[in-house]
Amino acid sequence: MKLFVSEGNPHCLKVLAAVEVSGVQCDVQYVNHEERVVPFLSRPALPALLLPSGLHLFSSNAICRYLFEVSGKDSSELCNQWLEWEATDLQPALLQALHLAVVQGKGSEVSKVLQGPLNYLEQSLSKGNTPYLTGEAVSVADVVLWAALYPVLSDASLALGERASIKAWFDRGAVMHSCQSAAQKVLQGKGLQGMKSYMQRQPAPSSSQCRDSQPCNGNPAESEESERAVSAEEMETAALTWNKGLNTCSMATSRQHPILPQEGKRNILLTSALPYVNNVPHLGNIIGCVLSTDVFSRYGRLRGWNMLFVCGTDEYGTATENKAREEGLTPQQICDKYHVIHSDIYKWFQIDFDFFGRTTTEKHTEIAQNIFWRNHKHGYLVEDTVEQLRCEKCQRFLADRFVEGICPHCSYPEARGDQCDKCGKLINAVELGEPQCKVCKETPSIRSSKHLFLDLPKLEGQLEQWLDKSTSTGDWTANAKQITRSWLRDGLKPRSITRDLRWGTPVPHPDFKEKVFYVWFDAPIGYLSITANYTDQWEKWWKNPQQVELYNFMAKDNVPFHSVMFPCSLLGAQDNYTLVNHLIATEYLNYEDTKFSKSRGVGVFGDMAKDTGIPSDVWRFYLLYVRPEGQDSAFSWADMALKNNSELLNNLGNFINRAGMFVTKFFEGCVPAMELQQEDKRLLALVGWELQQYIQLLDKVKIRDSLRRILNISRHGNQYIQLNEPWKKIKGGDTERQRAGTVTGVSVNIACLLSVMLLPYMPTVSQTIRDQFNAPQSCVDTMLQGTGTFVCSLSAGHRIGTVSPLFQKLEVDQIEALKKTFGGQQSDDEPPKKKTAQSAGSPPPAAGPAAAAEVVAGIGADPEKAKQLTQAVAEQGEKVRELKAQKAQKAAITAEVAKLLDLKKQLALAEGKGSDPAPQKGKKK
Amino acid sequence: MALRELSSLEKYLGLKKPNKYSTQGDKKVPVLQNNNGPPLVGLGTIASHLVKEAKRPNLLGDSAESRAVVQQWLEYRVTKLDGCTKEDTKAILKDLNLYLQDKVYMAGNQFTLADTFMYFGIHPIIVDLSVQEKEQYVNVARWFDHIQRCPGVRHHLPPLVVLRNRIYTSKHH
Repeated sequence: MKLFVSEGNPHCLKVLAAVEVSGVQCDVQYVNHEERVVPFLSRPALPALLLPSGLHLFSSNAICRYLFEVSGKDSSELCNQWLEWEATDLQPALLQALHLAVVQGKGSEVSKVLQGPLNYLEQSLSKGNTPYLTGEAVSVADVVLWAALYPVLSDASLALGERASIKAWFDRGAVMHSCQSAAQKVLQGKGLQGMKSYMQRQPAPSSSQCRDSQPCNGNPAESEESERAVSAEEMETAALTWNKGLNTCSMATSRQHPILPQEGKRNILLTSALPYVNNVPHLGNIIGCVLSTDVFSRYGRLRGWNMLFVCGTDEYGTATENKAREEGLTPQQICDKYHVIHSDIYKWFQIDFDFFGRTTTEKHTEIAQNIFWRNHKHGYLVEDTVEQLRCEKCQRFLADRFVEGICPHCSYPEARGDQCDKCGKLINAVELGEPQCKVCKETPSIRSSKHLFLDLPKLEGQLEQWLDKSTSTGDWTANAKQITRSWLRDGLKPRSITRDLRWGTPVPHPDFKEKVFYVWFDAPIGYLSITANYTDQWEKWWKNPQQVELYNFMAKDNVPFHSVMFPCSLLGAQDNYTLVNHLIATEYLNYEDTKFSKSRGVGVFGDMAKDTGIPSDVWRFYLLYVRPEGQDSAFSWADMALKNNSELLNNLGNFINRAGMFVTKFFEGCVPAMELQQEDKRLLALVGWELQQYIQLLDKVKIRDSLRRILNISRHGNQYIQLNEPWKKIKGGDTERQRAGTVTGVSVNIACLLSVMLLPYMPTVSQTIRDQFNAPQSCVDTMLQGTGTFVCSLSAGHRIGTVSPLFQKLEVDQIEALKKTFGGQQSDDEPPKKKTAQSAGSPPPAAGPAAAAEVVAGIGADPEKAKQLTQAVAEQGEKVRELKAQKAQKAAITAEVAKLLDLKKQLALAEGKGSDPAPQKGKKK
Repeated sequence: MALRELSSLEKYLGLKKPNKYSTQGDKKVPVLQNNNGPPLVGLGTIASHLVKEAKRPNLLGDSAESRAVVQQWLEYRVTKLDGCTKEDTKAILKDLNLYLQDKVYMAGNQFTLADTFMYFGIHPIIVDLSVQEKEQYVNVARWFDHIQRCPGVRHHLPPLVVLRNRIYTSKHH
């Protein structure tokens, strides 16, 4: 077996270390960088291992893996994962970093290139709680990563920043003689410079490799853009803007109700899909509708647009009737009760509606019946007889949700009469297999009943004409356009607008006395009637397409109702209604990769979010950060903690707090004088560019993407502070002190800009920052005008207030406890017997209509499991005591203690104390 | 894309219960949520895991040597084939053509996971080749044709005509 290596080649460091660690005998031959050892590869590839069979291995990771395997150490799955990550994520970044440092002499930029992978490694190490990557012992993954990172981590001049877990792990590797001696062989003690001749022969890594090709789908922080080149012209423009000063006249005047369209302004009417009243909304509902709309509405006001944001609860329909029967109340009582619940939840999430109404109002009946009559008059309603399921025992037709059966499309056994929860397809109730009355479980019979239909085929021409115009001039999300197109492609059919129900808007036609409007026809009219309850002059918004732009926000399942059905109702009424100009639909948000499910207690529901102790602003931030924009996304507790700690705390909060602290500590709380140099102007240009992007994206309602721009700015800011070290310069001579002043002044002004950009996302934090800085209110009105104007709003001499940290760390144990409390994993943890009992859907006799929190706690409690866990806790406790008595290694003890704490937590959960939000801290036996 | 490959692999392996995957990052790296442990990340990692789960260890190679070769090509797949540019494809095809000169499968004489995932990864490159180019890389074409005809491998991808020296197209026999 022969191993070919070359000096100064960082990949060779890996294999030499692996040879030493594994102790495998092999003949090492040093060759020139350009030597072609592997016969079938046209480019030189080193290291290479010639196997006894005559085959060549040319991947350094495969060589290391092989060496470990022949020495009797198989690689685990976790090992595989690290090796794959090393090859796909770390190496491209490392290559770029080494090129910067060794060839281009830009060592200062290395930290930025590497921060993504290094942060990931740091997180994994600190989370894993083991001394090595895959456990208690050294594996091939440790050797490969250690050797890959050795050149950069051992060079202090690169200033990569403190990462405690990486440092501990790296130092552990350094103790190993084998790694050190491999490094000595390859780099010859010359450090990074030892690689110069090798690196110079490598093609310059194109920055496009790291660049995100589809900006709308990316995860903001994970796709770092490489440094943008800034031209001298951009720098001068940025400096000019900086000196402009604040607008004196206030653009965004305070709101005066009722808000009405104004001549010469951009008049925007915002609606968020009306949440259905009988459910507590979950996080997916919140991000899809009200939260997204709220961000856009706050942003629009900053832009000086004249906006009205209306929403309300959708209260009619069979689901409400069902719920009323379940809870032993009247439908009206149910609506009253849940309307308040909704209202409170949105208040907690700081959703700033101009008006939050409801659909069960007189105005609603009036407007709905008017639209009905107008459609009738113009001949867009047709009569037809339909076959319907009727339960003889209950003496009624079984509409929608009163019947359940097997889905004709996907055979899901619990499909509802109108739609299947599994495949999402719409169902005609008579097509259900083995239908059952939901009330009495009897099999219903098929009977005919007379209904009115909206003649969609007759309206199709008008609809298409309008759609062409609206989708080409407005901002429709891709999914909205696509769903609409597929509806039109399949051809429209007449659609029933009446139902045999009680709880709804009565059909005014004498031939259909006992019937009400079908919710799909009725509910969107709620937008109009809610506005009418807000102001008598509602028609200035709703019958004014010339002056008003209408934005509808919703999740994608709601698209056809807003793009096809509702516009048809309004077109058929021929009353100059305002139709949607911009249709913004999100994809779905999953919960820890499963669906939110009220019945299974899985997921976080609006009313529980505040019980977590996590501030509303942080919830908003994370939900917007994972907003399912362009593709489905998932809510994950671990990710939420990660994003809170890495983005809010370490990036954004850290920058803003530092900027303020420097002013307080070094300049007695007064913003120092600033003398802009090239470097500062360059930063202003970079920040200005990010601000422009932010505005361009938010104008197009790319809420998630523009959030990334905010985080980019604070990253630039952190780098700028790190590079200029004002805390050192302040101790120097006059020039140095002045430099410290400029850097501090520029930083605190960037922080002020950030507070404005944050306003739509985190209103409380945004205000807190400005309060801490005593920032003038006019900065809010200035910065987001036009294409974005980053001006110096805290000029020299301005006195700031008291600065304090904005965010708190989310601890691992805290987040684990929350994760358990809110389902997700817990159903998997439970013994299978229990699980089937639950999924069968028969509630335990005592449960009844329990409040949501009780349901969750109830599911957690499990006496059988508690017994097992008590035993396990006792055993683990014994083990820890033994270790301590033997004075075992500290790391080993810590690991066992962690296990013990975890067991105790599980026990608490199994005993039904799971909802206790206070995680235990401090030393425990 | 990667998710479809994994589900094709599941079918090939005859795994009864399809797994749930998600993706992370811009490169849409597949993630497998694991009930009894942390999630697995990465195409090669998950694929190797599925093979173990299906108790078909031979698909990962039957010796230390071939296991290393299989992993090497899995890595090659995700680092070199994925996201390669037009210029890269020429060099890749040239190298592979030379490599496959004396081989039936990627790891010698035995069908392995390396064949499956190199096939999936190279499919989009082969689709764009002209007949002349396909003939230029005759060993790649032979291997490719062989793999796409292996029962149960192809699944989500359309069959491609890579070799011209047939009297009948595949439709007629």
